[in-house]
Amino acid sequence: MSDFPRWKYALVAIVLVLGIVYALPNVFLPVPAVQITANRNGTVDPALEQKVVDALKQQNIANTGIEIENDHLLASFANADVQKSAADAIKAAVGDDYTVAFNLKSTVPGWLSAIGAKPMPLGLDLQGGVHFLMQVDQSDVIDKQETRYADDIRSLLREKNIRYESVVRNAQRGQGISVVLKSAEDRTAAANAIAAEYPDLVSQDGSATGDRFVLNAVVRPDKLRDLSLNTIRQNLGTLRNRINQLGVSEPIIQQQGDSRIVVELAGVQDTAEAKKLIGATATLEYRAGYGSPQDAADAQRTGIIPPDARLYRERGTNRPILLSKQIIVTGDQLTNANSTTDQQTGRPAVSIELNSAGAKRMLDFTTNNVGKYMGVVYVERVVDTKTVDGKEVRTPKITEEVISYAQIQGVFGKQFQTTGMSSPKEASDLALLLRGGSLAAPVDIVEERVIGPSLGQDNIQKGMRAVMIGLALVLLAAALYYKLFGLVADVALFFNLVILVAVMSAIGVTLTMPGIAGIVLTLGMAIDANVLICERIREELRNGSTPHAAIRAGYDKAWATILDANVTHLIAALALTTMGSGPIKGFGVTLLIGILTSMFTSVTVTHAITALIHGHRKLKTLSV
Amino acid sequence: MEIFNHNANVNFLGMRKFSVGIAILLVLASIALIAVKGLNYGLDFTGGVSLVVDYQNPVTTAEVQGALDKGGIEHSLVASLGGTREVSVRFQPTAAMKDEAGKINLDKVAEVTTAVLKAGRADVSIKSRDYVSSTVGDELRSDGILAAVVVVLGIGLYLGIRFEWRFAVAAIVTELHDALITVGVFALVQREFDLTVLASVLAVIGYSINDKVVVFDRVRELFRLARKAEPEEILNRSINNTLSRTIITALFTAITMAALYFIGGPVVHGFAITMLIGILVGTLSSIFVASPILLWLGVSKQDLMPKTRENPELARRP
Repeated sequence: MSDFPRWKYALVAIVLVLGIVYALPNVFLPVPAVQITANRNGTVDPALEQKVVDALKQQNIANTGIEIENDHLLASFANADVQKSAADAIKAAVGDDYTVAFNLKSTVPGWLSAIGAKPMPLGLDLQGGVHFLMQVDQSDVIDKQETRYADDIRSLLREKNIRYESVVRNAQRGQGISVVLKSAEDRTAAANAIAAEYPDLVSQDGSATGDRFVLNAVVRPDKLRDLSLNTIRQNLGTLRNRINQLGVSEPIIQQQGDSRIVVELAGVQDTAEAKKLIGATATLEYRAGYGSPQDAADAQRTGIIPPDARLYRERGTNRPILLSKQIIVTGDQLTNANSTTDQQTGRPAVSIELNSAGAKRMLDFTTNNVGKYMGVVYVERVVDTKTVDGKEVRTPKITEEVISYAQIQGVFGKQFQTTGMSSPKEASDLALLLRGGSLAAPVDIVEERVIGPSLGQDNIQKGMRAVMIGLALVLLAAALYYKLFGLVADVALFFNLVILVAVMSAIGVTLTMPGIAGIVLTLGMAIDANVLICERIREELRNGSTPHAAIRAGYDKAWATILDANVTHLIAALALTTMGSGPIKGFGVTLLIGILTSMFTSVTVTHAITALIHGHRKLKTLSV
Repeated sequence: MEIFNHNANVNFLGMRKFSVGIAILLVLASIALIAVKGLNYGLDFTGGVSLVVDYQNPVTTAEVQGALDKGGIEHSLVASLGGTREVSVRFQPTAAMKDEAGKINLDKVAEVTTAVLKAGRADVSIKSRDYVSSTVGDELRSDGILAAVVVVLGIGLYLGIRFEWRFAVAAIVTELHDALITVGVFALVQREFDLTVLASVLAVIGYSINDKVVVFDRVRELFRLARKAEPEEILNRSINNTLSRTIITALFTAITMAALYFIGGPVVHGFAITMLIGILVGTLSSIFVASPILLWLGVSKQDLMPKTRENPELARRP
């Protein structure tokens, strides 16, 4: 008789099948490919495809497939050498309008991708590439905020006719602004005015000596926290935009902790190009619109641009836009930009705040120009350093794009809204760009790793071999020591590896070398549960139990121990996952998943197999 | 197949003064080693530059060291990465490796180092380069210590709830013993102590707690079953009953770690060797150290009986 319920068989069967299916994509190794994406002036279409095919044919380079996927063209090749020469040929053929980059093309069958099964992404240590850890300098943001508030308070006091002696930032960063007034009444009036106008400031009376009455205004801590959060987010956004220009496939750009950003670019070996982009600076320019859309189109067609205008293109749509040469406000006068919804229409919008100098100029401009157009230009400067005749020559490369072009609906100054966005995402993208051109905080590279591609190849080979040989040795040892029960444990251990890989693939854990070490350790420790069960069964047999009773008691009694032992182990693994980044985390996550899967395979799976083997037979002895 | 005599009843507790004495000595020696000799912290913790350098023909670390010294790169650490053609080189960057702003430029580092090494031997190439600033290293160290504290407290809390406080204390003390001795070995042989090694020290804690819980579980079970419970006898029987499991599991795990050490390549050497040391120390402490502590703390049958809800105070009395 069997005491193993039928639903548990079903559970085991389902989990095993799912495990195999979701682990399967890892068997299909990706092939080297070249990815072609369009820049501003190019489009990915069949004409481009033909161009690439011709270019390859001309150079006698064989490909294994060319197809258009979403917004890019992917051509795959037999090996890395062919890929390299193909990339050179394609680059020459398609010119500057396209970005040509190395990529890998997945060979996973469509039905697997359709159910969400995907292979584990490989860490940099397994495929080579560059890793940067960047520190965002938050102090710069605080500096800007405090300076801006000092300016604002000065003009507020002037506006309200409150006489003051001085308004200065306190020497220490984050300590706020110290306002010195002439009388106690003035101080109260100033405090009230500040409280009414700037809810993000907290003011407090300071010392009062003679005719010096000090008022301290400090930026609210939660506002500062918001700001630094925004800074990071905005830096992440700008980095993402810029790195996309590099044409790296699947770059990793992530926030780490409060003030750090990790950038990992697989396959890149030359850090100079990457660093150049990371170090680029961006600014904003608010400019008055010029003429009609027809004028802009004409200017583009004929190349004749009115003397006091400049021709720009709009980001994304490439639409030509004429803007006046005169700049209304620049990025450093913009203090904040957030995506919101328009109170009146409920449509997505971006709310923008200017400092007092900017507000004044904006007010002057809008007073005279209601109903006309205004455009925002995003200017990015990348400094290219080349060595010519032994001398370093720096040439700045400037990219200018219009990121917003809208009609002026009314007179405004310090605070206003830009509407006309079609989706909340568009609004938040614009807010990000606006901040990217204004609040940009300087970033420092605090960690940099370059892993050669051969080293990655080497690592993955050795790692895989270690997993296989480690597994084989444990399988052999268990079979020798526990005979039939050992073999059952072996089957379970093998499935443990399969399910572990399946779970890691499904949730998208990046496989790294420490992760592989974690897999090997998991395999070694997963057998522990079976050792506990087998030793228990042996004990029960020695104590005179019948084989069936011994199996039942063995599993029952061992379970409590297995649970306690694994929970404590889980606590240790959990702490590892919270620690730092990269290597330790990868190891901890693998260990964590491994402990959970091993509890299932070593107990439930082996129990099911044991019940299948021994279930309906009369037993005299057990092979344990 | 069975290796162990299942009727064995070795009096492990009988030698407790001796075994715990040795354990204390080892812990003191480890603390002394860590304090006096210190750990050979890796790049992750010290900050600096690390390069993996490849030679086409066999090379000795002394040769590489010589070339670096001659080229003005001082206090460098050169280590073989298995085989005779690949070495890792670690040093603090010199002035020539920084850009105008005084920041380290990894391209310049590679350039300068290649030039220096090429002066010695022409068949050299740089395979990978790392730069870590010292602030990152400091943070990692404090994060690591914090993680270890969280692990110890978390495990203690769980054991305190599931078992009893004496078990929690015994487990934590033995944990510290295992971790300290493992780190002590690193201080003794001056092997590089990097982030992976720190992770494996935490994994050792995990392994070793697993081991202790199995013995403790048996202790609890035997106490509950026994009519007349002599703590010393119960503890001895628990260790003996679980002995074959303790050693077989240690062997099985050690097999995989040995495979990792010999096959997995230099990246995981530190990890595998730490685990191997930890498995040895953890297994020995499960057998010789944890139970004597439990005995001295005065573990008894009454403390382990399921408590009656109405009046736990009464139930505790004999």
